[in-house]
Amino acid sequence: MVLTREEVAEIAQLARLALRDDELDALRGELAVILEHVEVLGQADTIGVEPMTHAVPTALRLRADQVEPSLPVAVALADAPAARDGCFEVPAIIKAAT
Amino acid sequence: MSAELAYAGAAELARRVRAREVSAVELTDAFLARIDAHDGALGAYLAVDHEGARNRALIVDAMIAAGQDPGPLAGVPVGVKDVIVTEGLVTTAASRILDGWVPPYDATAVARLRAAGAIVLGKLNCDEFAMGSSNERSGYRPCQNPWDLGRVPGGSSGGSAAAVAAGLAAATLGTDTGGSIRQPAAFCGVVGLKPTYGRVSRWGAIAFASSLDQIGPLAGSVEDCALLLEVIAGADPRDATSIDQPAPSLRPALTAGVAGLKVGLPREYFEGALDPEVAAAVRAAGDALVTAGAELREVTLPHTRFALPAYYVVAPAEAASNLARYDGVRFGHRGGGRELAEMYATTRAEGFGPEVKRRIMIGTYALRAGHYEAYYRKAQQVRALIKRDFDQAFEEVDVLLTPTTPTAAFARGEKAAPLDMYLADVFTLACNLAGIPGLAVPVGATASGLPIGAQLLGRALDEVTLVRAGAELERAFGTRRPPAYEGAA
Repeated sequence: MVLTREEVAEIAQLARLALRDDELDALRGELAVILEHVEVLGQADTIGVEPMTHAVPTALRLRADQVEPSLPVAVALADAPAARDGCFEVPAIIKAAT
Repeated sequence: MSAELAYAGAAELARRVRAREVSAVELTDAFLARIDAHDGALGAYLAVDHEGARNRALIVDAMIAAGQDPGPLAGVPVGVKDVIVTEGLVTTAASRILDGWVPPYDATAVARLRAAGAIVLGKLNCDEFAMGSSNERSGYRPCQNPWDLGRVPGGSSGGSAAAVAAGLAAATLGTDTGGSIRQPAAFCGVVGLKPTYGRVSRWGAIAFASSLDQIGPLAGSVEDCALLLEVIAGADPRDATSIDQPAPSLRPALTAGVAGLKVGLPREYFEGALDPEVAAAVRAAGDALVTAGAELREVTLPHTRFALPAYYVVAPAEAASNLARYDGVRFGHRGGGRELAEMYATTRAEGFGPEVKRRIMIGTYALRAGHYEAYYRKAQQVRALIKRDFDQAFEEVDVLLTPTTPTAAFARGEKAAPLDMYLADVFTLACNLAGIPGLAVPVGATASGLPIGAQLLGRALDEVTLVRAGAELERAFGTRRPPAYEGAA
């Protein structure tokens, strides 16, 4: 199993992790070892086997369509890194036009 | 405080509090004093709530003075793993990304403990986001093994196991995604119970791998684990995966004995890299059950070798999705960045430790376009085969007996390579993949005095048989405490 440096950087980008070069280098080797181990799965005969998505088969439970109290806005915002006017505040989402 | 009180156990302490032999405040102060004296070197706690615990104890004592019953855990001092949220008490999942976070609500399991009269002493150390098998991957400090401070307590619920072993809590809550309750219980010589998936609400359990995670108790005896599970189990409207069944009555099974019980020894769990001392102890556990009237049979779980690779696809994939919520917007750490996407990426790079990053990377790799079929779907199919193995074995036998871990507690720094660390859970992962319950019980020690744990695996929702067989092993092998803590004030 060989992963290129570019592949690892691309995965980090998908995972929203701004990794340093030394981290990317280390992960390149570590992921390869782990994924190689995982490739053993290919030896299992799974033809016709339904994937198991849930440990205990249960029907989807419904609840009554009732309004219930939820977290007050002030409490929800109490641990926010930045908040303004009852909202979570974040940096610009869209690049400003230059 | 007398060590006798520290090791009396949850059921006995609740009895004494209800009988007014000791007050909840006395008990709480005594455990807090023990934590203050011993936890500096041990590292079991990440946060100790002196004030909150005392206030809660005062309420319990007031109830007793007023003739009310505070419940089956009246005044019992407990600790809670730091991946389980506690209202008003800092909860970090041992991660820097949640540094200083104070949750606005209690996990259902914690709320149920409190409603039963328990006193929450503080939050217990663990591997960051429960990802690890040694507690060395805590974002704050490692926790040591009370039997030998140079060794790990196991993980990820290392603090939960160490606190019980060292008499720094009467019982604790942990979580188990691939062995995180049972493996540290075995390493620290305590009892750990991973309930059937869905038996305990996951509301307020910080999600790692949602199809595998389960909250459960660690304690000094099978009885105390049974008592805690009775309290925390049961359906919860806030967790759609909680099973709509009443909490089981487990304690009657403590004295039921094992006459006629069919116990299976899965052949695959005694092959390969298994320490001979651990193998001998588990075989002796089987003999003890036979002496008590059980019948032993060899069984086979042919897909066992696929459990580790299946787990290391399913768990990281689910973790990568679950941990997407740590983005610096609503709580926790925020990194710099002039635009949102940049802020996300710096927040996560600064806040997560190396093991968490590694698992997010594996999970993202497995789920990315073009890989899903080969990795996640394949692993879910193999998971079905692993469950089928157990279903077939449970047609022949009532319970399975295996080692909990391949070796006794290993030394700090011994498992440097990620895959070596993952192999520490090789006997515990399949239980989570199949969703069945598992119980780790001490069954003696190595020649050098380190605890060895046997694992009992049962049918889904059949914790009662685990309690039955576990209590028999406890009678046969007795209970050992780490001398350095048992002898300490």
